[in-house]
Parts: sequence; structure tokens; C-alpha cells
Amino acid sequence: MGNTSSMLTQYDIEEVQQHCNNAFSQQEIVSLYERFCQLDRNGGGFVSGEEFLSVPEFAVNPLSQRLLRMLDGLNFKEFVAFLSAFSPRATVQQKIEFIFKVYDSDGNGKVTFNDMLDVLHDLTGQFISEQQSEQVLTKVLEEAGYNKESLLVMSDFVKILGSSGLKMEVEVPVD
Amino acid sequence: MNSSEGKLKSSSSELDLDRPNIEDYLPSGSSIQEPHGKLRLRDLLDISPALTEAAGAIVDDSFTRCFKSNPPELWNWNVYLFPLWCCGVVFRYLILFPMRALVLTIGWIIFLSCFIPVHFLLKGNDNLRKKMERALVELICSFFVASWTGVVKYHGPRPSMRPKQVFVANHTSMIDFIILEQMTAFAVIMQKHPGWVGLLQSTILESVGCIWFNRSEAKDREIVTRKLREHSQGADNNPLLIFPEGTCVNNQYSVMFKKGAFELGCTVCPIAIKYNKIFVDAFWNSRKQSFTMHLLQLMTSWAVVCDVWYLEPQNLRPGETPIEFAERIRDIISVRAGLKKVPWDGYLKYSRPSPKHRERKQQSFAESVLRGLELEEK
Repeated sequence: MGNTSSMLTQYDIEEVQQHCNNAFSQQEIVSLYERFCQLDRNGGGFVSGEEFLSVPEFAVNPLSQRLLRMLDGLNFKEFVAFLSAFSPRATVQQKIEFIFKVYDSDGNGKVTFNDMLDVLHDLTGQFISEQQSEQVLTKVLEEAGYNKESLLVMSDFVKILGSSGLKMEVEVPVD
Repeated sequence: MNSSEGKLKSSSSELDLDRPNIEDYLPSGSSIQEPHGKLRLRDLLDISPALTEAAGAIVDDSFTRCFKSNPPELWNWNVYLFPLWCCGVVFRYLILFPMRALVLTIGWIIFLSCFIPVHFLLKGNDNLRKKMERALVELICSFFVASWTGVVKYHGPRPSMRPKQVFVANHTSMIDFIILEQMTAFAVIMQKHPGWVGLLQSTILESVGCIWFNRSEAKDREIVTRKLREHSQGADNNPLLIFPEGTCVNNQYSVMFKKGAFELGCTVCPIAIKYNKIFVDAFWNSRKQSFTMHLLQLMTSWAVVCDVWYLEPQNLRPGETPIEFAERIRDIISVRAGLKKVPWDGYLKYSRPSPKHRERKQQSFAESVLRGLELEEK
């Protein structure tokens, strides 16, 4: 099965656990590994975009393309680290960091007006015009004390999203 | 205001027309946060519901679960049981398998030596010929079942030969057809396969009346529907057996039924098939093994144990759409066979889901955003 052995050793599990900052228990990591191998049908050691898109529930998600950019070519360790933001043990800070990364597609630590527009467009598709989405975004930005030229950084996101309860959790099935 | 109401042109592809509301089945809560009242920046930036759903799908999803092979629990794990298991393996491969292969070969010889003469010599006497061919097909299927030591328990009244009725069953492997065919010579609708299976399909199965389809052809659907209708109206055609799931599922779940079988204006007789995994998992995972390998696996196991229930025939109720009818029958079969229902179309094994689902979510979110905008403008 490529360069991943079909059995995880205790060392492997601990290494993965460390890499994701103990976001998942050892049992959960074993389950995730089973899932990873199930998705990685050609056994290349990573799950390709096509293999992710073969999960219909994922393919119909409006943010699937954006997430694919982050998921493509990840090996198992990185895959678990990616999912760590969704663990119930992850902090709100980690969850907001994840959301920030989804917005910051060029990874320069700054979210621009266009980045936010792009995500809004993913979520609304063809049902809202360019003009309307710019209008809405400008309006809410101004109300929050920013403007069209603002470059939002991580701390801005924490300020905006941190106050109310952010629910972003996924349960890993453990048999 | 931009009144893009999202009136999507309904495409004629299978995937768009067949489904009731998937949202009824998917995890509750809209995938996109719908802001209420005044729209704030946080409402637009908070994409956590959509992300949670995506991550949930990555970690576990109901569609992949339908096609996962779940072999029976290994029991040979300790030092006493392992030698016993080894003896079993030797017995199965070196004694049972040759015996079964022999039985099957004898069966084929008997079958062919009767079928070929009957087929050619009785060309004029169609009635008698059909009767005999039917009996012979039932015979060869019995031989097949014997070659895996099939222990099949049939419950319920045997299907009768009446016009205007079709039989539907859940689908786990092509052997479903053989198991049902040994009792009653059904006419069947199948995907045309390559290789020796295809040869069998075009020669012997023709005699019981079979309809071919090709999954990859879009136009095919209309042609097939027409053929189905014609067949079911014919009085002396064999009763038609349809597997509305359209693909093999692992006998623990059931995927959405295609509505084709339910809009023919006939009585639908449900058949539920449940395999007991005690000796072998009868699910044919076509992604993992060819049919030949699958048959060999069955022939080298102890037995194939299954239950077949012939359930009460159902008719379309007044005011019921074919899709609702299909769902009702799927319910009946799933309850009887202990299957969990999932809202996915089996053909998603081979293709992507239609963008309609995503668009529905996008539409409702866009509407609430625009509503927020309107509130501002007032």
C-alpha cells in the first residue's frame, strides 16, 4: 500500500498524536487511519482530490474546492493535523486559526476583501450578484470598524469570531 | 433586484430526477449558518457549519459505508483454533472445491445437452420450447446454488405468472439473481457485462427474456423504460425482476431506488434478500474483485446462507408519486431485511453528485444574506 504500512505501530500513533497536539485519542487515530486507507484507494500514501470528491457528502459541500486545496497531497500525519481543529479537545483559538487559513488562500497571514468575497461567492453560488455581494460585505465591514482596503489578520478574526460560541466539532467513530 | 430564483433546467440525467428531499436524511441543521435579523460581519465570516459538514464527510460518510466489505469475524486467532482453521482450509480447497466444480460441470453438461436441442428443434413450437427452456434455466441455477452449498430459505408465497406485475429486490451480488431464478424463471434487466458473463447473458438469458442497459449512456434510460413497459404488459412473458438500486450494495444498507420500475403501471412485488455472513460475505465488491474471483471465493467457503422473503404485492396509491412509491417499497424491503436506508443514488459510485444539492444550500444562504441587505436599506 505505497509507503504506508497497513498496520500502525505504537510509535506511529504516538508520533501522529504529538503532531496534532493530542487533539485525538489513540483509538481515534487508529479509526482515522482506517478511514484514510479506505479513501486512499490507489494506495499512494495520500488521498487525491478525486478520491475526496468520490465521497458525495463532501462533493456537494460549497467549500469543497477550497478545502481540497488544503487537503491535496497530505499524508496521514498531516491529514490528522488538518482535522485536529474539529476535535472536541481543540481550543476556540485553534478553530479560528483554521477558519482563517481557509480564507487566507495565499497563506500570507492577511485576509483581503477579495478573499472574503471569494468565500462568500462559494457559499452563495449564482444566487447573488457580484455587485450585491460587494455591497453586503462593504456594509458589514464598515459596521465592524473596517473598510474595503482593510487587511484582516488573525487577531481580527479572533475579535470578530471569538465572542459567541463557535461550534465546529466532528466525532470520529470508534468501534 | 437580481431575481435569480435558481430555476435550474432539469437535465435528463438519472441523478437529477430520481430523488426525494435529501435534506431529510442528511444531518440536521443547515450547512450554512443562516443569519437572523441584522447581518453582521461575524455572520458572514463564520463558515463553521459548512466546514463541520465537510469534515464530517471526510471522517465518515454514509455512502462509502454502503460499499464497504464487512467480512465475518475471524475466529482463528488463537493457538488452538488456528490448526482447526487450517484443516478447514485444506478441506475446503482440496476436497469441497473440486467436488463443487465437478457438480457444476455436470450441471452444465446436462443443461447444454438439453438446452441446445430444445432451442433449435422446437423452434416451431414456441410454447413448449419456452416452458422447457424456463425449466432448464431453473435447473442450471439450482446447480450453481449447489456449487456454493447454498442454504436458502424462502419465505412467503411463490411468485405467480401474471401479467402487469414486476418484482423488485435489494441487490448484493449477481448471485441474487441466481438464487431467485432457481425458484422462478424471472426475466431480468441487467447491465451488459464483458467476458464469459456477457456470453451467458446473450445466449441463455435471452431465452427467459432479458433487457440490457448500459449505465454510461444517458439516452439509454428512455429506451430501457420503454422496453420495461412493453415486457410487463405482455401476458406470456416471464415475470420481470428488477434491482432498483442499480448497483451492488453490501447487504447492510440500501441506497435509493430508481423510479423506473415504479412507473410502469404494474403491481410491484417486493422481495427482500438477506445473507447470513456466518461463513462468507456474499457482497460482490465490484471495485475489488471480478465476478469470477467472487464466484471462486464462494465456491471455496463452507456455505452461502441466506433468507429470501417474498413480500406482499403493492400498488401505487392514489396521489402517490412514483418516487414516493419507490421509497415506500424500499422501506418495506429494508425493514424486512434489516437494512439501513441511505439517501444516495447508487450510481454515485461511478459519477459525481449533481450540483443541484449544493445549489439548494447556496440559494437559501444567499436569500438570507439578501434579506439582511434589504433590512439595512429600509
